[in-house]
Amino acid sequence: MNAIEVHDLHKAYKDVQAVDGVSFEVKTGECLALLGPNGAGKTTTTEILEGYRHADAGTVRVLGADPRTAGLDWRARIGIVLQSDRDLGDLTVRESVHHFAAYFANPRDPEEVIAAVGLEQKAKARNGKLSGGQRRRLDVALGIIGRPELLFLDEPTTGFDPEARREFWVLIEQLKADGTTILLTTHYLDEAERLADRVAVISRGRIVACDTPAQIGNRATATAIVSWAEHGVERAESTSAPTAFVRSLADRLGGEIPQLQVHRPTLEDTYLSLLAEEGES
Amino acid sequence: MSRAIAIGGRRITLELRQFFRDRESALFNFMLPMILLVIFGSVFADQAVGFEDVTFSQYFLAGMIASGILYTSFQNLAIAIPMERDDSTLKRLQGLPMPKASYFVGKAGMVFTAYVAQIIVLLIVGVLFYGVTLPDSATKWFTFVWVSVLGLLSCTLLGIAFSVVPKQGKGASAIVAPIVLVLQFTSGVFFIFTQLPSWMQNFASIFPLKWLTQAMRYVFLPEGAQVIEATGSWELGKCALVLGAWTIGGFLIALKVFRWSARGQN
Repeated sequence: MNAIEVHDLHKAYKDVQAVDGVSFEVKTGECLALLGPNGAGKTTTTEILEGYRHADAGTVRVLGADPRTAGLDWRARIGIVLQSDRDLGDLTVRESVHHFAAYFANPRDPEEVIAAVGLEQKAKARNGKLSGGQRRRLDVALGIIGRPELLFLDEPTTGFDPEARREFWVLIEQLKADGTTILLTTHYLDEAERLADRVAVISRGRIVACDTPAQIGNRATATAIVSWAEHGVERAESTSAPTAFVRSLADRLGGEIPQLQVHRPTLEDTYLSLLAEEGES
Repeated sequence: MSRAIAIGGRRITLELRQFFRDRESALFNFMLPMILLVIFGSVFADQAVGFEDVTFSQYFLAGMIASGILYTSFQNLAIAIPMERDDSTLKRLQGLPMPKASYFVGKAGMVFTAYVAQIIVLLIVGVLFYGVTLPDSATKWFTFVWVSVLGLLSCTLLGIAFSVVPKQGKGASAIVAPIVLVLQFTSGVFFIFTQLPSWMQNFASIFPLKWLTQAMRYVFLPEGAQVIEATGSWELGKCALVLGAWTIGGFLIALKVFRWSARGQN
């Protein structure tokens, strides 16, 4: 059962083809990360799925409905965390979360949600006075207050410090554990690797790769780089069989290999090389 | 329908909190008539307007109450809505299971409540410091209520419609405030209406404010004061017609032009 199905999606603005034949699906309960440079078509694609924009061509099914025509009952089943909200500045965190809970038939408990996003200490603060990271957590609180089956997260941790980001990841993992389907767009590859079951790399309006973080772009079978020191000289060798190479190296050097490192391509290496193949970087 | 009203009711509370907590909006839309009343009331306190001992400060209070309608509805919404289009308020609401009508219920409820609060303060100041007497007949109070309701309704709808004109929230007040100011100058708020050139009087007669100030003078000036009006009559029937026409027109225009997102998006 798929929560999202996108087939051959097209969308142009004036003379720019923002989305140029995108197809993918997100299974129920899955977290899919959309990766790609600015202007690649991530936000346009997401906003079509959220019903904010209309596609020129292609078919879209979100929770079984077409976002163009879906009604308020459908809206109640999805949660949206937009990219940069500055609204509600004169209200407090508590007022905002309680207010929007009333839009749903079966909302989460507002106080529990405030606690879940770690804003208990700030519950009485005006939203306009929150730090960037606190503000994003408020947006997430408002995105999940209605107990959504499907949650859209658009660059949720931009501007977070590393500790806040890790706390945020724990929150999202709890939502995943509760069965929430998540479509995440992000610039942070460590975030995608940690949270996503699959990642889709989008470049110039097209999906150039889509797989698990471990498998994408032949990452699992790509050549590894083994580096070590021999007689005080640093050496490196790329190999598709690093285990055999290290064994022969150990035999040759007779024991511990000085400064041994086996470097597998990270998700970032793979992502950058995928984009380089597309002529993006 | 009941959901639209239930959520709309909650939005009224939310809108009022935002209206009064935002210093700019509270000052510009709510406090301004009080400030102007104090200034004009003091400067032209004893200037006669041509009927018995009615003073300009009494004449001006009627104009300020009518202006209060324009401030809390038209000026307020024509500035606030473009800002909400910019700061993603409207985008958030579109993404929620909220009937669209609830947004307008919230706006209208805020406008009516803010106006009532404003009138109470204006009347207290007028009675205590500027020798204004409150109307003593039920007919005048009834007129006060229907003129206020029809005025608020038409100017709320016109404010919603006009919210598509400013391209950005930031510059909205620079577009809206001069329009309000020009209407006030030409409609007999700052000057005695009959002393204005006739082309100016004719211009002002197209818009609601002239009719609102005239009807408010009927409510707050003594019996017989209609001799100072251009036609020697209060013309309440004509006032109802003009406001009614703007209400219907404003509704149709708002329905046709209102946008949830900025131009260039769909």
